[in-house]
Amino acid sequence: MPKKKNLNKIIVIGSGPIVIGQAAEFDYAGSQACRSLKEEGLEVVLVNSNPATIMTDANIADRVYIEPLTVDFLTAIIEKERPDGLLATLGGQAGLNLAVQLAESGALEKYNVELLGTSIEAIKKAEDRELFKELMERIGEPIPESTIVEDIHGAIDFAREIGYPLIVRPAYTLGGTGGGIANNEEELVEITLRGLKYSMIGQVLIERSIAGWKEIEYEVMRDGNDTCITICSMENFDPVGVHTGDSIVVAPTQTLNDHEAQLLRSASLKIIRALEIEGGCNIQFALDPNSDNYYVIEVNPRVSRSSALASKATGYPIAKVSVKIAIGYTLDEIVNAVTQTTRACFEPSVDYIVVKFPRWPFDKFVYADTTLGTQMKATGEVMSLDRSFEGAILKAVRSLEIGVNRLHMPKMEEWSDDKVKSRLSKINDERLFLIAEALRRNLVTTEEVADITKIDRWFIDKIKNITDMEVKLKKGELKAQTLRDAKTLGFADKSISELTGVDVKEIRAMRKQYKILPVYKMVDTCAGEFEAMTPYYYSTYRGEVDEVEVSNNRKIIVLGSGPIRIGQGVEFDYCSVHSVWALREAGIEAIIINNNPETVSTDFDISDKLYFEPLTTEDVLNIVDKEKPDGVIVQFGGQTAINLAASLAEAGVKIFGTSVDNIDRAEDRERFDEMLTELNIPRPRGISVTNLDDAITGAAKIGYPVMVRPSYVLGGRAMEIVYNEEELRDYMSRAVKVTPDHPVLVDRYMQGTEVEVDAISDGVDVVIPGIMEHVERAGVHSGDSIAVYPPQTLPSKIIYTITDYTKRLALALNVKGLLNIQYVVADGRVYVIEVNPRSSRTVPFLSKVTNIKMVNVATRAALGKTLKEMGYYSGLIEPKPYVAVKAPVFSFAKMQDVDISLGPEMKSTGEVMGIDYHYARALYKAITGAGIIIPKNGCILFTVADKDKEEMKQLAKAFSELGFKLVATEGTAKALQSIGINAEVVGKVHQRSTDIIQMIKLGKIHMVVNTQAPGKHVAKDGFRIRRATVELGVPCFTSLDTAWEVMRVLTFMRDRRLVYSLAIQDYVGGGDALS
Amino acid sequence: MKGKLILADGTTFRGQLFGGSNATTEGEVVFNTGMTGYQEILTDPSYCRQIVTLTYPLIGNYGTAKIFNQSRKSFVGGLIIGELCEKPSSSSMQKTLAEFLTAEKIPCLYDVDTRALTKKIRSAGTMKGVIVSEYTSQGTINEMMALPVRKNVVEMVTTPVMYTLDARADALNIVTMDFGIKKNILDALRKLNCRVTVVPAKTPAEAILAQKPDGVFLSNGPGDPKDVPDIIREVQKLIGKLPIFGICLGHQLLALAMGANTYKLKFGHHGCNQPVKNLENGKVAITSQNHNYAVDAKSLENLPLKVTHVSLNDGTVAGIRHTSLPISSVQFHPEAAPGPNDTVRLFDEFIDNMKGSREIGK
Repeated sequence: MPKKKNLNKIIVIGSGPIVIGQAAEFDYAGSQACRSLKEEGLEVVLVNSNPATIMTDANIADRVYIEPLTVDFLTAIIEKERPDGLLATLGGQAGLNLAVQLAESGALEKYNVELLGTSIEAIKKAEDRELFKELMERIGEPIPESTIVEDIHGAIDFAREIGYPLIVRPAYTLGGTGGGIANNEEELVEITLRGLKYSMIGQVLIERSIAGWKEIEYEVMRDGNDTCITICSMENFDPVGVHTGDSIVVAPTQTLNDHEAQLLRSASLKIIRALEIEGGCNIQFALDPNSDNYYVIEVNPRVSRSSALASKATGYPIAKVSVKIAIGYTLDEIVNAVTQTTRACFEPSVDYIVVKFPRWPFDKFVYADTTLGTQMKATGEVMSLDRSFEGAILKAVRSLEIGVNRLHMPKMEEWSDDKVKSRLSKINDERLFLIAEALRRNLVTTEEVADITKIDRWFIDKIKNITDMEVKLKKGELKAQTLRDAKTLGFADKSISELTGVDVKEIRAMRKQYKILPVYKMVDTCAGEFEAMTPYYYSTYRGEVDEVEVSNNRKIIVLGSGPIRIGQGVEFDYCSVHSVWALREAGIEAIIINNNPETVSTDFDISDKLYFEPLTTEDVLNIVDKEKPDGVIVQFGGQTAINLAASLAEAGVKIFGTSVDNIDRAEDRERFDEMLTELNIPRPRGISVTNLDDAITGAAKIGYPVMVRPSYVLGGRAMEIVYNEEELRDYMSRAVKVTPDHPVLVDRYMQGTEVEVDAISDGVDVVIPGIMEHVERAGVHSGDSIAVYPPQTLPSKIIYTITDYTKRLALALNVKGLLNIQYVVADGRVYVIEVNPRSSRTVPFLSKVTNIKMVNVATRAALGKTLKEMGYYSGLIEPKPYVAVKAPVFSFAKMQDVDISLGPEMKSTGEVMGIDYHYARALYKAITGAGIIIPKNGCILFTVADKDKEEMKQLAKAFSELGFKLVATEGTAKALQSIGINAEVVGKVHQRSTDIIQMIKLGKIHMVVNTQAPGKHVAKDGFRIRRATVELGVPCFTSLDTAWEVMRVLTFMRDRRLVYSLAIQDYVGGGDALS
Repeated sequence: MKGKLILADGTTFRGQLFGGSNATTEGEVVFNTGMTGYQEILTDPSYCRQIVTLTYPLIGNYGTAKIFNQSRKSFVGGLIIGELCEKPSSSSMQKTLAEFLTAEKIPCLYDVDTRALTKKIRSAGTMKGVIVSEYTSQGTINEMMALPVRKNVVEMVTTPVMYTLDARADALNIVTMDFGIKKNILDALRKLNCRVTVVPAKTPAEAILAQKPDGVFLSNGPGDPKDVPDIIREVQKLIGKLPIFGICLGHQLLALAMGANTYKLKFGHHGCNQPVKNLENGKVAITSQNHNYAVDAKSLENLPLKVTHVSLNDGTVAGIRHTSLPISSVQFHPEAAPGPNDTVRLFDEFIDNMKGSREIGK
C-alpha cells in the first residue's frame, strides 16, 4: 500500500517545554518526524512552544509556529493553515492530550483534518482506566485487581477477596500524602482511614501490590496491515514500585529466559493489536520472579521516553518509522535506515548491553525528598553501551557528572556499618552506591541484598564483581594483568588511580605500553548479521576487533552536553547539533561524543560519526587517539564540555575556539577581576574567600545584602542572598565546604535590572545579535527569569554601554566563537555579573528570533573564518520590530518539598517562547505557553514580606482597579489599608476553617502574590501556601516584578484578541536578515 | 585455560577454553543472533556437529532447566560465546550453563569477540573451524581441519525406535518422521490433541502408511537435505496419499521430493528475529529460523507448488504449498523455543487439512 493519497500538508504537534517526565526525547522524536515527512514531499506545519529545540528551527518544517499548545491557538493555526492531517503521537502526553481536546472540540472535523496514526478511540482505550480494564479483561491480559472505596468496609471486603499486600492511594490529595502499602488487615484499616481523611473527595483506590516484581518493558510497533513487531525489550534494575523514568534500565532483558521473554512479547503483540495502534507503543509489565504470572501495568499509545531509549539502544528509528506508518506505509515497505538493504519490518537484535541511568535534580533541590516511587523525579538520563553489564553501568555512572567515577560515594565512607546496612531498604537515588558500599564492606551477601531490595541477584552479583575488583586493585603493586582485568571490567583510569595511588597519566601510559586499549563496535540493529551503514559506535575492552574506519578527512570532534539537568538543558544539545551541521557544511568530518539517549545529537544520521560514550577526559582522549582529529570544539556542550577543555589541551589536543587560558580567565575569579580592572569595566564589589573569618570581614566591608556562592558553578548551585552575618555564618557552615581549593565568592547584591547578551567574535570583530532584558530583578537566577527581546525599558545610553562592554570583553578574552554575558543595571550604571566564554541557554531563542544562525557563525569563527568574510560587522544588530519573550517552566508539581520561591538557585526545567508584534501579547503567549492560566477576574491573595510591602501597594491597587477582589494576610492587609484599599483578611495557616490553605483548596483564591522574607528559616506557612498553589494549579508569583507584568498583560488584553498566530517564517521574513 | 578458534581460512579468535585441554572440537561454524534461548539452541538437533556462535555477549544469565531441552541430549559440536555467566539467577534454574556444558560434554570457547566472529562468517560464509587449546600442536590442528564435514547427521539425531505420544481415542493420528525433531513441535501438536507417532528418519513409506495416519509431519533436522536421498524417495511415496506438513529440513526434503531443488546459503539464517512475509495475506511475522540450505524459487516453476512465504531479509523461499493437495511446508519454526510464537497457527492449518481429509475419507 502506498502512502495515503489525500495528504499534502501535515500539522505536527510538539511536546512543549521540558518538564520532569517529558524531556528532550520529544525533540528527537519530533525532529525525526518532520524530516521524515519532508522526505515524503509533504508540507509540514509544526507547532511547539519550546524555542530550545531543533524541531522549532525554521529549516525543520515549512511553517514553524512557536505558540502556546492550547486548543485556542491550535484551532487558529489549523484554520489558517488548513492541513490535511494531524500528527500528535510524537509530542508526548502533551501532544496526545491536545489531539484529544481538538477532536472533542470539533476542530478536526470542522476543518476536515485527519488524525494520523493512532485513533482517538485507541488513545482513550489505553488511557482511560475503565476502558483499559475492560479491554484487557476481554483479551485475557491480566491487570492488577483494584477497586475504589469510600469506606473501610469496602476496603476489607476487597482484601478478603484478593489478599495482601495491597497499595492504598487516597484520591486527590495534596502531594500524594496518606497512601501506603498494607500487608495485613490492621495496616489496611489504618492506612485506609488515614487516606479517606486526606482525600479531598473521600475516596481511596486500593490495588493489588506487585511491588518487588520484575518490571519489564516492550517497545512495539504495528502498521495498518496489522503486522506487529517488537523493537526492544527492557528490564528495570529497580523492581516494580519505582517509576520507570527513575529506574536504572537495561536492554535487552537480562534475567528472563526465552519462555518468559516470549510470554511477554506475545502479550505485547496481543495488546497492541487489540488497541489497534498504528505506530509505536510502549507496554510495561510486572513479572513475578517466582512464576509465570504477570500483570500489564501500563500502555503508552505513542512514542515515549522509553521509545527514544529503545531507538538509541538498538539503532532502530522508532519515531521515523511511526511517522511512515501514520501516513500509510506498512512496515515491509519501509527501508531499514541502518542497513539500507533490509526492511524496517524485523526485530532488532543487539550484541551489547545497554544501561540507562536517570539524572536527578537533588543536587539543586537539596531539601527535596529523594525517595523514589511512582512519581518520576529525574530531569534527564544517560545511556551507555558495552559488552558487559559491569562495563556499561560504570560508563553510565561516570556519564552522570555527579562527581563519581565508580560505584562509590565518598560520603558513605564515613557511615557506620549499621547505617549502611539499615539504609539498604530505602529506595532513593543513592541505592546503587549504597549496595556497592555494603558489598565492599562485606556487610551482606548478594543474596541478602537481593532479598532486601528485590533487585534480581544477577545484578547484585555484577556489582559484587566490581567491588571485588576494587579489593584486588588495592592490593599491592599495579601489574599489567590486573590493569587489564580492571579495564576489561570497565574501570576508568581515574578509578584505578584512586584505588592504587598510581597517577592517572601513568596508568594511561601503562595501558598504551601494554596495548590495553578499547576497541570500538558498531550499533547496527542486527548484531552483525547484515552489513550496516550506521556510523554509530561504542567502546569496549571486551573485544579483539575494532570496526571504526578512520578516514583521512579533515575532522573535528564536537563534545555534547550529557544528561539534561537543571541549568543545562536541551539548549546545549541544540547548539551541539548546529555546530555539527556547520562543520559538515564546511566540508569537515564532524564527530560527536555524547551520552544522552533523548537527544537529536545522538541520532546516528546527524553527524558523520557518533560515539556514544561518557564525556570524561579519558573516554574523549581514547577517541582522539583513535580518530586523530584536527581538534575538538568544547564551547557548545555546556559546562560539561568546557570542563574538559583544560585536561584535553594539556594532553595536546587542539581546542578550536576560545583558548583554554582565556576560558580560565573568564572563570577564575581573580584573573577575571584583574581583567575587568584593566578594562575599567565595573562589577558588583566582591571577594573570594577561603575561610569563614575572611567571609565575615569581607561581607561587612562590601555591605549586606551579599550574594554568596561557591566558585566554578553552573546554574547557580548553592547560591544565596544573605542579609546579615548570622545568615552568612549559617550559609558557610551548611551550604558549602570551603577550602583553599574551593573558595566561596561573596558579592554585593545589586537589586537592579538584569540584562543578558550573547555575542559572537572572531577575535577582531564582535557581533551582538541581540540583547535580552529580564523582567525579574537581579537575584532571581537568569534561567528562571522572564527574558524579553529586544529590551523594553533600557535607555539607549545603557544599550550603548552594554554593547561597548560586550565588545571589549570579547576582544580581551580573544573569544573565537560564542560568548554570554550577564549584566545588572542599577542606578543608571552597568555592571558585569558574569562572562561565560561558551554558548548559553539563550542561544537557540536568540537565533530563532533574530534569524541569525549563531552557532553556525560561531563554529566557523572558531575554525578561523572572520566575521567580515561571513558578512558580519562589529556591533549590535538592529532589533527586530517584534518582541519575543522567553519564560521559564517549572516542574514543581513533580517535586514535593521543594519551595517554588524564586532566587539565585535555578529551579526551572524548561522554557517557552511567546512572540508577537505587541509586547503584552508576546508575554501573554509566553505565560500561557508556560501553562499558567491567568484568571481574568476573581480573587487574588497578597501575602508579602515586610521589605516588599511598600512596593506591593501600587500593584495591589492596579489589580483592584482591574476588578480583582483582594484578600491578604493581616500585615499585608494593614499596609494596603494605609493607601485606602480594603482587602479581606484571611487567617493564618492552621486556623482550620478559614485559613489560606483551605481557601485555596476550596477554589476561593484564583491567584497568589507571595514574597518570601529574607533568610532561610522563615515562614513554613509561606512554604505551605506556595505548595498548595502548585498542587491546585493556582498561579503564584513570588517576585513582584512578574506580578507587575501579569497585571500589564491583563490590562492590555482586556480589549484585544488573545489569539493571533504567525509562523516564525513570517516574523523573520524568510532568509537570513543580514545576508 | 587459553584457547582459540581457528577458521578454515586461518583467521583466529582467542578466548578461554571451558573444560580444559581435552575440550577441543571441529565442525562447521555458524552464528545465532538471538538474545535469549541458548539452552533451546544447544539442544536443537538441527545444530548437530556444528560449532554454534552466540553473538549476544552475555550467555548463561538464567542458567538451564530440564523443561527447556529440545531433545534428549545436545548434539552441537561446540559453543562459542562472550561472557559465560558464573552466577546466574532464575527461579526455574536447575543447573548453571557451565554445569550443563560439563554434563553434556559440550566444548566451549568463551570470552570471544563474538561480534567480530559473526561479521567474519557473514562476509566469508559458513566455514569449517576448530576449537583448540592455545598449546595444541599445529599438526593436530591440521588433522582436525582436514576432517570432512559429517554427512550422516540425521542418523545421529533421529530416534532409534518408534514411539507414540498418546491422546484421546478419536484424536488425529500423526506420524512424524524424526530427522532431529524439537520437543516443542511435539508439544505444539499434542496441545492440539493429536496422537503423535514418532518414527526413525529412515522408516519406509509403507511402514508409515501402515500406521493409518491422518497426516505426516516432516520434522526439522540438521545437514544438507541432499545427503539423504533415500529419505527423499520415501517422502515421494507419501505425496498424494495424505496431508503433509514440513518444517525446516522437512520443508527442504518435501521440496526435493516434489522435484524442486535446494542450495546452500552463504551463512544461513539462524536467529529469532527473521521476518517472513505471508504472500497469501500480505502480513509479516517474525520467526525463529535455523537453516543453512534453502529451496530454490526458480526450481518451483512448472511444479504444482507455490511459494506461500518469503524471507523479507533476502527474498528466499520460506514456505510452499501444493496447488491442489493438502501439502505444505515452511522453512521457519512456528513452534518457537527459542523465539517468537507469531506463526504457531500454522499447526492449526495442518490439523484442519487432516480433518478435511478425514471428512472426505468418510
